[in-house]
Amino acid sequence: MKKRGEAAVMCEACHKEPATVHVTRIVNDQKTELHLCAQCAKERGEIEMNVEPSFAFHNILAGFFEPETVVVSHPSRPAALRCSNCGLSLADYRRIGKLGCSQCYAQFERELEPLLKRIHRSVEHTGKRPKRLAGGRLDVRREIERLRRELQEAIAREAYEEAARLRDQIRSLEQGL
Amino acid sequence: MSLKDLINKTLSQWMKGTGPERDIVIGSRVRLARNLAGVPFPSIADDEHKAYVIKETKRALQATNGTLGRMEFIPLAEVPPLERQLLVEKHLISPAHTQNVKHKAVILRDDEAVSIMVNEEDHFRIQALFPGLALEEAWKLCSSVDDAFSEVLDFAYGERFGYLTACPTNVGTGMRASIMMHLPALTMTDQIRKMIGAVSRFGLAVRGIYGEGTEVLGNIYQLSNQITLGHSEEEIIQHLQKVTMQVLEQERAARQRVLAQDRLRLEDRIYRSYGILANARLLATHEAMQLLSDVRLGIDLGIVKGIEPRILQELMVMIRPAHLQKLMGQELDAPARDEKRAALIRERLRLAEKEGG
Repeated sequence: MKKRGEAAVMCEACHKEPATVHVTRIVNDQKTELHLCAQCAKERGEIEMNVEPSFAFHNILAGFFEPETVVVSHPSRPAALRCSNCGLSLADYRRIGKLGCSQCYAQFERELEPLLKRIHRSVEHTGKRPKRLAGGRLDVRREIERLRRELQEAIAREAYEEAARLRDQIRSLEQGL
Repeated sequence: MSLKDLINKTLSQWMKGTGPERDIVIGSRVRLARNLAGVPFPSIADDEHKAYVIKETKRALQATNGTLGRMEFIPLAEVPPLERQLLVEKHLISPAHTQNVKHKAVILRDDEAVSIMVNEEDHFRIQALFPGLALEEAWKLCSSVDDAFSEVLDFAYGERFGYLTACPTNVGTGMRASIMMHLPALTMTDQIRKMIGAVSRFGLAVRGIYGEGTEVLGNIYQLSNQITLGHSEEEIIQHLQKVTMQVLEQERAARQRVLAQDRLRLEDRIYRSYGILANARLLATHEAMQLLSDVRLGIDLGIVKGIEPRILQELMVMIRPAHLQKLMGQELDAPARDEKRAALIRERLRLAEKEGG
């Protein structure tokens, strides 16, 4: 694994290399962090981490944490990384808490994702789309997702007639895809 | 101009005291954040970018060709500071939008039910304000303005994160829906803190009357959604509507409880407040709002008769510093404002007594 830029924090396992893999764990609003260098992260199962992060890190940290541990891990990127459109750096963003332009979302997606998850408990927009994009398969998929949520709710309320109607509606939409 | 004419001229649509659940809900607001794709957000944009946003706004407004009603484009640099403050007090622009006004603008529909801030935190903040509980209507109106503009403008949107906004707390729908409510009985019985705690678990926030970081005046609270990503606009609105209905139920039950438990004490409090408002020579905003809240509760419970309930929303705006100074046609320091505020309220109550009863 290649190092990307400089990190101020040293690896907490070997204390020799700069930490480039950061494990953030949030349980009951309590945040703890583990900082590792690429080598140590690899030795501790970093390769698996990309496939099944929570599983791999659960193994590493077994004995440290409760079983319901939430683990978010990502290799860090240099704070000097800039949006190619507006020039805002990651460091700027962290300082002011606001993005520079709409392109920042694509360029800093990796950094924004955990934050968005924390604020909104979701990273997928399911609402309105601009008219110019309206229609098409994506709208049908969104509609199916919405109906599925309604279906779950109907089942929870034990409104089985409504649930059956929703199920048929979902089926017919799925056939159209 | 008579006081009555002046009041009528001042009233935005949302202050008219109409709409569903009007005994508790003062107004409903929906606000959509929109930005131009690829153009730097106002916080880091240079003059050229901001001027471009203004130019695009004018072009879009022209293209809508009157389909959105009578809309006026107002560059804030051309509006004197006092008049800008009037717009804040009527909830048509944010306090932040009155500062560093170069390249800032607002578009107002003639009934002030629609306002669009240009170059605030986002390029556009489209807002619809309705009296009473009318979230659905406010959303539909906001959405239609959004549609009209998006025919001409290229709004920043990504399939994954939705509408892209300057602050990640608004991304997705870009929508903030809020309800302004008068909750005197829940406050009086100290149940309000429990209510605030409960709604925060449902992804909603409670704030003071001028939004984030502002104090609660006259027992008026704003309830709004916090989450903007992962749920559709309709879902967010239905959710807020459901929680609002529960708060209303609680408030009404608390009113009846207070009335049943100690009617005399409640009447005494309301009449004392009325007495002070009708006679005081000096009134600060905070005190005046508390007293007005008591009188409004008295009107709602049928204790005070002959005064229209909307006196609360009329005066909550008219006694604010900028409105007071505009009304008196002169700059006033705080002690002078307290004097004029008391005089205005006395006159307004006399007017009500003459007309009502």
